[in-house]
Amino acid sequence: MPFDPARAAIRFGCGLSPAIPAPESVNAMLEALAGPDRAAERFPAAGFEAVREAHVAVTEARRRIRNGKSEAEREAALKDRQDATRELRRDAVGWFGQTLMRRVKTEDGFRERLVGFWADHFTAQGPGGALRFGYAGYVEDAIRPHVGGRFSDMLKAAVTHPLMLIYLNQTQSVGPGSAVVTRRGKKLGLNENLARELLELHTLGVGGPYDQSDVRDLAKLLTGLAYLRRKGFVYRAGHAEPGPLAFMGRRYGDKVPELGRVMAVLEDLAAHPATAAHLARKMAVHFTGDAPDAGLVDAMAQAFRASDGRLPAMYAAMLEHPAAWAEDGGNVKQPLDFMASSLRALDVSERHLSLKYRAVSRYFLNPLILMGQSWGAPPGPDGFPEDDAAWITPQRMAARLQWGMTVPFRLMRTLPDPRDFVEVALGPGAPEPVRFAARAAETRAEGVGLVLASPAFQRM
Amino acid sequence: MTDRSRRYFLGRSLALGCSLAASPLVTPVTMASAPWDTRLVVIILRGAMDGLDVVRPVGDPGLAALRGGAGAPGGHALDGIFALHPDLSGLMPLWQKGELGFVHAVSTPYRDKRSHFDGQDILEAGTGQGLPGRDRDGWLNRMLQTIPGITAETAYAVGREDMLILTGDAPVANWSPDAALALSSQAQRLLESVMHDDPLFRDTLAEAIALSQSDLMEAAGGNPLDAGDMMNAMQDNMRPTRDRERVGSVARFAAERLRGDSRIAAFSLNGFDTHAHQERTLPRALAPLQEAVLTLREGLGDVWGKTAVLAMTEFGRTARLNGSGGTDHGTAGAMLLAGGAIRGGRVLGDWPGLAEADLYQRRDLMPTRDVRAIAGWAMRDLFGVDRALVEGTIFPGLELGPDPKLIL
Repeated sequence: MPFDPARAAIRFGCGLSPAIPAPESVNAMLEALAGPDRAAERFPAAGFEAVREAHVAVTEARRRIRNGKSEAEREAALKDRQDATRELRRDAVGWFGQTLMRRVKTEDGFRERLVGFWADHFTAQGPGGALRFGYAGYVEDAIRPHVGGRFSDMLKAAVTHPLMLIYLNQTQSVGPGSAVVTRRGKKLGLNENLARELLELHTLGVGGPYDQSDVRDLAKLLTGLAYLRRKGFVYRAGHAEPGPLAFMGRRYGDKVPELGRVMAVLEDLAAHPATAAHLARKMAVHFTGDAPDAGLVDAMAQAFRASDGRLPAMYAAMLEHPAAWAEDGGNVKQPLDFMASSLRALDVSERHLSLKYRAVSRYFLNPLILMGQSWGAPPGPDGFPEDDAAWITPQRMAARLQWGMTVPFRLMRTLPDPRDFVEVALGPGAPEPVRFAARAAETRAEGVGLVLASPAFQRM
Repeated sequence: MTDRSRRYFLGRSLALGCSLAASPLVTPVTMASAPWDTRLVVIILRGAMDGLDVVRPVGDPGLAALRGGAGAPGGHALDGIFALHPDLSGLMPLWQKGELGFVHAVSTPYRDKRSHFDGQDILEAGTGQGLPGRDRDGWLNRMLQTIPGITAETAYAVGREDMLILTGDAPVANWSPDAALALSSQAQRLLESVMHDDPLFRDTLAEAIALSQSDLMEAAGGNPLDAGDMMNAMQDNMRPTRDRERVGSVARFAAERLRGDSRIAAFSLNGFDTHAHQERTLPRALAPLQEAVLTLREGLGDVWGKTAVLAMTEFGRTARLNGSGGTDHGTAGAMLLAGGAIRGGRVLGDWPGLAEADLYQRRDLMPTRDVRAIAGWAMRDLFGVDRALVEGTIFPGLELGPDPKLIL
């Protein structure tokens, strides 16, 4: 099966749209990715810095609530804290809205899907308080700028990002021979969490050529990476293990620890053949199906290695492989993909999505939870499941059906004729039973809902 | 959904015979889905229930000093030391029949940081060490993994929330009765037809429709559901609901499954985080707990006699009241046991006392027993799970300790 525009939009993009043409060729897809990030220009969202500032404001207000000298001072501080949190929550809802709008309006849908894939590959989330809104800014800073670049650059940006350092406990990891321990006698030690996930999830893969002693060696090398509320990311040489340090047969750094040794080890991990194999397989599973074609995976890994870890080379190998275009066996859309592609097929406008927090929760954030994909909060560092059966359970499917039958109508009030909508949403290959259902539905809302519920729409 | 729209549903469900028969959940030939006939219900009480206020050590002279006269007045004497919170008075008949008991001063191994999320993860993961992270096994799931021949019907996670306690490699079923699909017969026919050629979607739809019946059956009436009713009901289902509105249907659904092939059900109740005005806030959380237990008993009928209910929380609360009449995150708390299979009418546990020196860090009730040991003995007695499996696999590294003789 060769390249097909509708399949390109559905399987590798954000779905079909009545207003925006599907990609014409693999080249067109790759050229759009190499060009400017128009969707982010048109629908901008803040980076993590906004959350860090709120984190400072909330922590400061907390301190004043605790230490306030009078009831009035404490009351004022309490109000400041509530205002800061409310404002941040409102902003975060705005960032979610931009995520949707980018997918609805983009002509470069592959980029949005890649952002989703890599954000999940490098899952990070905040523990609570202001930081629980950190996800969108993290993706904006560490993932999005690098999806069309070199893997090692994304790896460095993600692994040194404050949200990742907090999420995987790197902020608590201190070299046992570091200055703060040996000179100041602090009772601190290594935390291996980031080192382990870096090997197991981000680079070599769970079956990769490493063992527990490598995890520990890497944990020593990573000491010093830190987040300070007032400064953001910092390298704290005093918390880092003095070098040079051995890891998987090489030596890194000098006696005085510095950030450069972390960057060097990340470069080496990005270039490891096991990393190429791990990334190729994971990406093929995400885009083409739960059991990807072995030849496709090999071609992708080969292209990654041959191009010195340039991601577009791996993407090109996937898109140029016939197995990527197989007619059936497409993945079930994850809930956010399902929602956003529904909105794209309906061509909703910014006006429809300029909603207050409560409405965004009701129409999107709560339904996403019911469908099993709480926005920005995957169940663990390995991200959301890829397995189709994880998404299509009775309860989660019920949430998809109910969303498709009710929310489009609530948002838009005027829905397209289901007989036209079925052609827009599914393209030339619409199965006859779905066409029939669109004609036979009792109301427009039901007709649109039936099209959105059909496996032809739910799968990529 | 409104009472009026609910009344329309029954007629519809009667017209469903066809797809029900096709559902794997209602096949006429039933096979027991586990090698035992006893039932276990685990209720996770989220927010950290204040054990000292629910099972009040009124016979301990330390209590008055810590709690003063605050807390809801009254209470029902249980034994020489403890009295039950008055808002659980509906459970007293169970106590008198020996179908209600408590274990006091229990906790998980989690200490000092007192975060709800970490505490709940540790309670449900049951590994007792660190955070579950990526190895997201729950202890009930690990127990199921040791039983040959179980099916997805054996255990149900009921409700909208993810239940880590049942998550893992063993198959389990999830359903939230308030997710019930209310479909007009026309919409159902069309859905079945668009999904017909995709086995995953087709079979899951059949299951969802079958599972929806119990909720829809609650309402009586003779009229079929029309498209407008369907849309109203679906919109209602997208709305978040509160425990006190949903607990009845959750417990009824759990009971219905347990009367059939299922042997285990787990669900959670929220609202126990009583940082302020505990005399008002705790009763609001206890009412759903009482309703859950009473609904289970009613729904289980004669199966109640083979059932044990364990209600457990992530940690207890501070021994002292705080400045706003509430309590903050603490350490040890209390666990509730109910069911016809338990040896009730007792408050178990090694009572540590409430004198300042007896408190954990001079602030919290001192834990004297691992809450997992109680759950471990319950599984051993109910299901015959080998002690070595409990201590090695289900709760790795736990020492079960002396037998509390929980089960009749």
